[in-house]
Amino acid sequence: ESPVPLDQFLSTNARNVQALLSCGRFPINVDLLRLLPSLRLVVTPSAGLNHIDLSECHSRGVAVANAGSVACCDVADLAVGLFIDVLRKISAADRYVKQGLWASKTSYPLGSKLKGKRIGIVGLGSIGQEVAKRLEAFGCSISYNSRNQKKSFSYPFYSNVVELSANSDALVICCGLSDQTHRLINKEVLLALGKEGVLINVGRGAIIDEKEMVQCLVQGDIGGAGLDVFENEPNVPKELFALDNVVLSPHRAAFTPETLTSMREIAVGNLEAFFSNKPLLSQVIDD
Amino acid sequence: MESIDVLMLCPMISYLEQELQRRYNVLKLWTAPEKSQFIKDHSATIRAIVGDGGHGADAEMIEALPRLEILSSNSVGVDKIDLKKCREKGIRVTYTPDVLNDEVADLAIGLILAVLRRLCASDRYVRSGKWKKGDFKLTTKFTGKTVGIIGLGRIGMAIAKRAEAFNCPICYFSRTEKPDTKYKYYPSVLELASNCQILVVACSLTAESRHIVNREVMNALGPKGVLINIGRGPHVDEPELVSALVEGRLGGAGLDVYEHEPEVPEELFSLENVVLLPHVGTATVETRKAMADLVVGNLEAHFSNKPLLTPLV
Repeated sequence: ESPVPLDQFLSTNARNVQALLSCGRFPINVDLLRLLPSLRLVVTPSAGLNHIDLSECHSRGVAVANAGSVACCDVADLAVGLFIDVLRKISAADRYVKQGLWASKTSYPLGSKLKGKRIGIVGLGSIGQEVAKRLEAFGCSISYNSRNQKKSFSYPFYSNVVELSANSDALVICCGLSDQTHRLINKEVLLALGKEGVLINVGRGAIIDEKEMVQCLVQGDIGGAGLDVFENEPNVPKELFALDNVVLSPHRAAFTPETLTSMREIAVGNLEAFFSNKPLLSQVIDD
Repeated sequence: MESIDVLMLCPMISYLEQELQRRYNVLKLWTAPEKSQFIKDHSATIRAIVGDGGHGADAEMIEALPRLEILSSNSVGVDKIDLKKCREKGIRVTYTPDVLNDEVADLAIGLILAVLRRLCASDRYVRSGKWKKGDFKLTTKFTGKTVGIIGLGRIGMAIAKRAEAFNCPICYFSRTEKPDTKYKYYPSVLELASNCQILVVACSLTAESRHIVNREVMNALGPKGVLINIGRGPHVDEPELVSALVEGRLGGAGLDVYEHEPEVPEELFSLENVVLLPHVGTATVETRKAMADLVVGNLEAHFSNKPLLTPLV
């Protein structure tokens, strides 16, 4: 709300600031951190951490707390919703009916069965685990790639995303964006997924090489996609608008009133814990 | 071997048409300029009928075919077939249960998510360029919502199993209470609708279940409630449904079936809390093939005097 430029505002007013509440998109980087010498805590209401320079925070002794797993069910629900939509052509058929085209009696193109589909989950964190649990109930089989193998889950683990993709009928991207996951889903991974393969992204747009993905979809090298996130939101590649096998969502996976309330509560809870010298509720530990 | 005349009531997937043509002499009713004349012309030879969910045989047609032995329906819904007449005349009726339970249940959950999370409306929002001007609104959580199922048969159970993976408590209404399920039973649809947030119609259409979802039930479901119909259009009082949605007395609806398909009330077209599908409950390549195999398999069994695969009558 101040008319003064940020760095001036901070150097004048913020020398004693100990805790920062991020609005979720503003970058918390070295330039900002340098202006806050007393900072000991960054709280972000999101689950995503890609807007925060975690190693810079770590080296400055600044703790980071996020929304933990409060959003994981809503995000998982959306991932599953997008997957069913792509396979059974729900949004495309809804468009068809609402344009008055059903009356013309040409039968609508058939979709594809969920049961027996091999799902490759990229990132088996709290979101990925909820996606797995839901899709198992539809008769899908689960495999995954993650930074580390999770011993408590019996799903087959692939250390290589290309291999995971080659053995999957669908990839569901549930991981966070980091240096390791930037453009993780590249042309090789997409071609391994194949002409019938479906790509679902509820992580971050930049995990996928968007240009390659668009080309694969336009050329039919992959079978379809359900996307909640994009490289440069709110811009979405126009080529996707003409495709019926693509479902587009405006980054709303976590946005239900219940989850927003939980995110607010946990952010406040973290701040309260910090100022009363108690352990943070959802501290981000780099594992 | 003499060729058997099989009357096919409507176009179906080409795989099924081909498999029938390979074995029988297929008479395509929809190609006839005058249907009742066509039936009369072939009444001496037609021994089997192949129909589907939307095309069956009423008493008149059955009476017009003295040599009819079997009706093999490419559907699990048989409300268009006069079963009583078939029983009277000793005509066998087969249908396609079980091979489509998963498909229909998947679509029911897909519709729930599409309505609650506004998948179709937000997809339109992005495609129209509106996202550049502002964020889409908040949508409604599905996880943990109470799901009420009308009809806890094979399809109803498949829906319950899936909804449970979303931590949804399940309750149901059925003609009789099912002793071996853990789900909560309500003795009336009205009570069920008053105690759930998402109501799914999954029963078969009979005289008793016609308009089982009426104005009272919709009011009980309420402005935050969502109705999902993957049964038959006549399960729901359609004009009442339209006014409940338009007036906001009902929170939303996901429909795959309608009273007079393919007609869909146009008042619903502009409602973003309504998702409309063109009766695609079983519409996957895999399931339509499995259904077709049952249709043909039942006819083959009948004409070689073997036990029918999936008889209803």
